[in-house]
Amino acid sequence: MSFMEKLKNKFKQNEETEEVSAKYKEGMEKTRNSFSGKINDLIARYRKVDEDFFEELEEVLISADVGVMTVMDLVEGLKMEVKRQNIKDTKEVKDVISEKLVEIYYGDDDEQIEELRIEEDQLSVILVVGVNGVGKTTSIGKLAHKLKQDGKNVVLAAGDTFRAGAIEQLDVWGERANVDVIKQSAGSDPAAVIFDGINAAKSRNADVLICDTAGRLQNKVNLMNELSKVKRVIEREVPGAPHEVLLVLDGTTGQNAMSQAKTFSDATDVTGIVLTKLDGTAKGGIVLAIRNELNIPVKYVGLGEKVEDLQEFNAHAFVYGLFADLLEENPE
Amino acid sequence: MAFEGLADRLQSTMKKIKGKGKVSEQDVKEMTREVRLALLEADVNFKVVKDLIKRIKERAVGQEVMESLTPGQQVIKVVKEELTELMGGEQSKIAVADRSPTVIMMVGLQGAGKTTTTGKLANHLRKQHNRSPLLAACDVYRPAAIEQLETLGQQLDMPVFSKGTEANPVDIASEAVQQAKADHNDYVIIDTAGRLHVDTDLMDELQQVKSSVKPDEIFLVVDAMTGQDAVNVAESFNEQLDLSGVVLTKLDGDTRGGAALSIKAVTDKPIKFAGTGEKLDGFEAFHPERMASRILGMGDVLSLIEKAQTNVDEKQAKELEQKMRTASFTFDDFLEQMGQVKEMGPLEDLMGMIPGASKMKGLKNAQIDEKQLVYVEAIIQSMTKKERQEPSIMNASRKKRIAKGSGTSVSQVNRLLKQFDEMKKMMKQMTGAQKGKKGKGMKFPFM
Repeated sequence: MSFMEKLKNKFKQNEETEEVSAKYKEGMEKTRNSFSGKINDLIARYRKVDEDFFEELEEVLISADVGVMTVMDLVEGLKMEVKRQNIKDTKEVKDVISEKLVEIYYGDDDEQIEELRIEEDQLSVILVVGVNGVGKTTSIGKLAHKLKQDGKNVVLAAGDTFRAGAIEQLDVWGERANVDVIKQSAGSDPAAVIFDGINAAKSRNADVLICDTAGRLQNKVNLMNELSKVKRVIEREVPGAPHEVLLVLDGTTGQNAMSQAKTFSDATDVTGIVLTKLDGTAKGGIVLAIRNELNIPVKYVGLGEKVEDLQEFNAHAFVYGLFADLLEENPE
Repeated sequence: MAFEGLADRLQSTMKKIKGKGKVSEQDVKEMTREVRLALLEADVNFKVVKDLIKRIKERAVGQEVMESLTPGQQVIKVVKEELTELMGGEQSKIAVADRSPTVIMMVGLQGAGKTTTTGKLANHLRKQHNRSPLLAACDVYRPAAIEQLETLGQQLDMPVFSKGTEANPVDIASEAVQQAKADHNDYVIIDTAGRLHVDTDLMDELQQVKSSVKPDEIFLVVDAMTGQDAVNVAESFNEQLDLSGVVLTKLDGDTRGGAALSIKAVTDKPIKFAGTGEKLDGFEAFHPERMASRILGMGDVLSLIEKAQTNVDEKQAKELEQKMRTASFTFDDFLEQMGQVKEMGPLEDLMGMIPGASKMKGLKNAQIDEKQLVYVEAIIQSMTKKERQEPSIMNASRKKRIAKGSGTSVSQVNRLLKQFDEMKKMMKQMTGAQKGKKGKGMKFPFM
């Protein structure tokens, strides 16, 4: 069975996956069209696999915000593969390209859907971090809704005491998801708010506490130190916490996302990524680069404005959404 | 970090070329490849990069670079010139309507920083232009967006027009303009909800707001960290709304900001302002030339070279070089050299221009104390001629005298003597190493 068929069959197996992949397909339509469209374009224009072809392929991948280093590695690998299999026709190289791309996604830990780590019979704390404007508060609102639907008792802590209106924004999401929001006034110490949140969550016997934090650019040393302090407070108050440190990344961000992932990891040991705003034309290729270079898994993707548009990251579905054109054109 | 500046990238290619008498076409190809990668790593859109590379190649293969003695520097210069030209000149003017109020509309994707920028722009208008703006809260979708603008209004002590989340943004905007007329506010800044450029309904809404209030300026607010997608966003916002300018936010981060170049290239609309901090005064005019350097990750090395060239007498430099080689560098030379460095401007500015200096941990936040230089000067001037020529004759009573004469302490004098000694040793090593290699010797330790 060819690689493409395998991937395809994965989605024909049951209705549920069918539904998930449809959602990805729909959400990422813009992404997919331009991305695989470009690859098809490229293949149509070049009959022969030569240096120019590879150069242009590099560009296609880079235009999807895949990190430059990752692209270089990938193209190197492709060149080897093409030589090894003695491929001359660009049509044949298509399969190899997709295969390599998928390989980067999965790495060694094959077939793994990254689940959120939530403890049974104990308070689980999720710390949410990221730069300004990536959608932290919105993602928290959606995540709270999701966990609540799963029957969890959720509490939110309004740790963004800096940005005007941030507390109110979380409050609205708390109302929508019907969960409690622990807050202090604007300008108060975020670590103190989180401390309060932990105590409130404990006394309410909550299952999950989600901590919002103010957006901060990763090169602001003082603000990053503040974040480490917040994490230390959580560590001290709840054994084994934080169970998840989610870094929210804006899907439209370019190469700087790598710097964000690195620096936030240094400060807070990021355990997973929430990739937002994938419903535009942004390619989200940065996921490839981050998995490849930093090995941080993506746990959720934001595919729209609605509450239910926060989807658990499913690498198969994501790849399927990205390469659906390629797959469908390859009936064999 | 995966990011390297163009200068770093070009270095290895240049090493190969250096030994050669002539630069071949293959060399140029390699150089332009490095330039291309540097631009792509900085998030400049690949199409924009392609056009640029074409022009750079033409100039590089032409006489300009090939015949120069330092092709590497020359390539960087050509690249920077092209970038700067593409970015255009500085344009931070804001329209003034014939009949008050002047209306400014802020548009952009979610999370770009529209609301914060609205506050910053209002602050700028009042501070720099003595205006009294009214802020209009038209983001009825994002939870607490109105509260955010209202809070900013309180902080700035400026009026905010809002009608809650149930009202229609088009109505809010036009009523805000009426309100401004009645209250004699000479500017109205309309904060709109973030939206995707492909969201037809919401883009229609913006067009309705536009045709209803006829804004004098429409600013697209763009996150400086945006990747390749910046072209699509800017292009469609421009097509649908005919923007008048761009505000680039979050420039205080460590992004290269290649998006700026992409946006300028596809819309040909000026980037007028930059958001540079969390506070409301973190807002300034956009400097295209600085941006060009930043995208290349090279610091403002060219202005540093220019500064050095205008301030350093070539003959003096040659003499100094000779002295360094023979290690006959004295305190007199040191004093002279210090004078030249000082003429080039504040040291902190100079540090900022040195590529990589911003990355060095200790230097990043180092405040260079210019006062220290005054002490150093005083100490040297308190030395006798002989002492300056032959520091080895220094003894306890001489040191005491110098300390007294310069108003410093013996330990400060000792420190300077030690530093001078180390410097001399370093020079010896450096010039020694240069001799072994062949090629041109070094000129200044600070270049």
